[in-house]
Amino acid sequence: MNAVPAHPPVRQAIRRLSTQEVLEARFALVLVLPAVFAIFLVAFYPLGHAFWLSLWKINLRFANTPWVFLGLGNYFDILTDDARWLNALRVTSTIALTSLTAEFILGMIFALVMNQAFRGRGLVRVAILVPWALTTVVSARMWQVIYHATYGVFNRLLYDLGIIEAYKPWIISPFFTIWAMIGADVWKTTPFVALLLTAGMQMIPAELYEAAAIDGATAWDRFWRITFPLIRPTLLVALLFRMIDVFRMLDLPIVLTGGGPGQATETLSLYTYRVIFTDLKFGAGSALAVTTFLIILCTAFVFIRMLGAPVAGSEAEER
Amino acid sequence: MGSSRRLRPIQLVMMQLLIAVIIIWCLAPFYWTVVTSLKQANAIFYNPTTYLPNPVDMTSWRIVVTLPRFQGALINSTIIASSVTVVSLSLGSLCAYAIARLRFPGKNIVLALVLAVSMFPGIAIISPLYLQFRDWDLINNKLALILPGVTFTLPVCIWTLTAFFRDLPRELEEAAYVDGASRIQTFTQVIGPLAAPGVFTTAILLFIASWNEFLFARTFMSKVEQLTAPVAVAQFEGSDIAAATPWGEISAAAIATTIPLVILVLIFQRRIVAGLTAGAVKG
Repeated sequence: MNAVPAHPPVRQAIRRLSTQEVLEARFALVLVLPAVFAIFLVAFYPLGHAFWLSLWKINLRFANTPWVFLGLGNYFDILTDDARWLNALRVTSTIALTSLTAEFILGMIFALVMNQAFRGRGLVRVAILVPWALTTVVSARMWQVIYHATYGVFNRLLYDLGIIEAYKPWIISPFFTIWAMIGADVWKTTPFVALLLTAGMQMIPAELYEAAAIDGATAWDRFWRITFPLIRPTLLVALLFRMIDVFRMLDLPIVLTGGGPGQATETLSLYTYRVIFTDLKFGAGSALAVTTFLIILCTAFVFIRMLGAPVAGSEAEER
Repeated sequence: MGSSRRLRPIQLVMMQLLIAVIIIWCLAPFYWTVVTSLKQANAIFYNPTTYLPNPVDMTSWRIVVTLPRFQGALINSTIIASSVTVVSLSLGSLCAYAIARLRFPGKNIVLALVLAVSMFPGIAIISPLYLQFRDWDLINNKLALILPGVTFTLPVCIWTLTAFFRDLPRELEEAAYVDGASRIQTFTQVIGPLAAPGVFTTAILLFIASWNEFLFARTFMSKVEQLTAPVAVAQFEGSDIAAATPWGEISAAAIATTIPLVILVLIFQRRIVAGLTAGAVKG
């Protein structure tokens, strides 16, 4: 694994590659090329194209409306004069903060349970895979039925348990809606977090726990001194992907609440989508899209730095 | 296993309780949707609502299952998800093999590209893709969903397969080389059969991911007969648009779309968990 640092990089570059190595590299590039081509064709080229569109004022509502070049004008408008964008940013951050906190606390509890040996693990595994495999819009439809203000089972259940004294309009009221949506999101994504954390826990050698038990460590100590530090990398990877998912979130609000009431649950992605396909402002919408992309890029960068080694670099150790 | 210590009776009861809570948490919304789909049309509007469908009524199911546009949506989704899975696997397995086994300059760049695509928000490229597909006359054409579907499933495909390829014993390939097999022969005749279980697991993950895609499906398909299942469920208005919201039919449609996925989960639960975590934990 340390082959690269062992040689001075310059020496290695100058060293003539053997025929064998050239052949291997050539073969590898042929194998890699189709996938890289697909990635460029449908991800990076369109991203560049989106940036190009974002420099223009484009309205497709009327045929033959000429494009007007604005330079960075669309970006300037977003940052200085777009209350709806600020609202969407606030909604998205609220979801990211609360939803992720809840998911990771619950996911950790689920994982600790699943990590125990017990009968019926298969049943738990199937149960936990159901919310994960479910299409988000389908789950949104399910929660619509559950949260219904008069016929919903959520109201009936809370009422029967004595938690509420009157039925609440969960997905109509400006106050409750975002929390109802977060609830639906936490339900759907906690299993994924739990699965990843369980996998992380199963890689911890049992000897560590045995040694800790001999030293008389409590369960609390074992969690914080062994389990938590050792699954930290897994935890950060899971956190990063969930964070990015929140910035991509569109299907849940579009079906469950339509972004409403008003704009109470309009996420960044949903707002962008509406500027593009409802207002047909392709230029301004593309600027919003590129902005969202940049936010995700920065978030990812921070997380990858927190992970210590870059995620992509970890392949070196197995070469 | 993390800890196989013997639990005390109280702990055991606590554990059983927690397990029950987890199972109920995961399945309760699902249960409620099934119940709603089995209720009589007017029973859905009882206030307070009832926890059980009494009497059980299959009307909603009968309506949904025989609705041509809903049947069409299920067929469309099957075609698209299968195509995406096959193409993504072909491109991804080649790339994953190179990453797992070969030395070549620029490997880190390829890995960085794959990582970047996995974080890509679909919304960032929806406007140019829409204009492009409109120019190419691909709106309402399945290719408009298969192309982005392949690109966006490639990261999962490459990671999962790379993890599987790395776990294969190297000696067999070396033996094949010694016996004079070419690189391509080694790949198709030695690695291929060995990697079959891993490829199969990856296929399930890709199929589920592709089946669930919503953003592109909603944008690039506007004709009713071209909708995919998730979009059909999202826009489902029931058989009679003038009637009150048909919650029973909506519930039946939701469950019907989910059944293929639940069957996959039931049969392949072990593999799915292994595949899902292979890329994320090791990568």
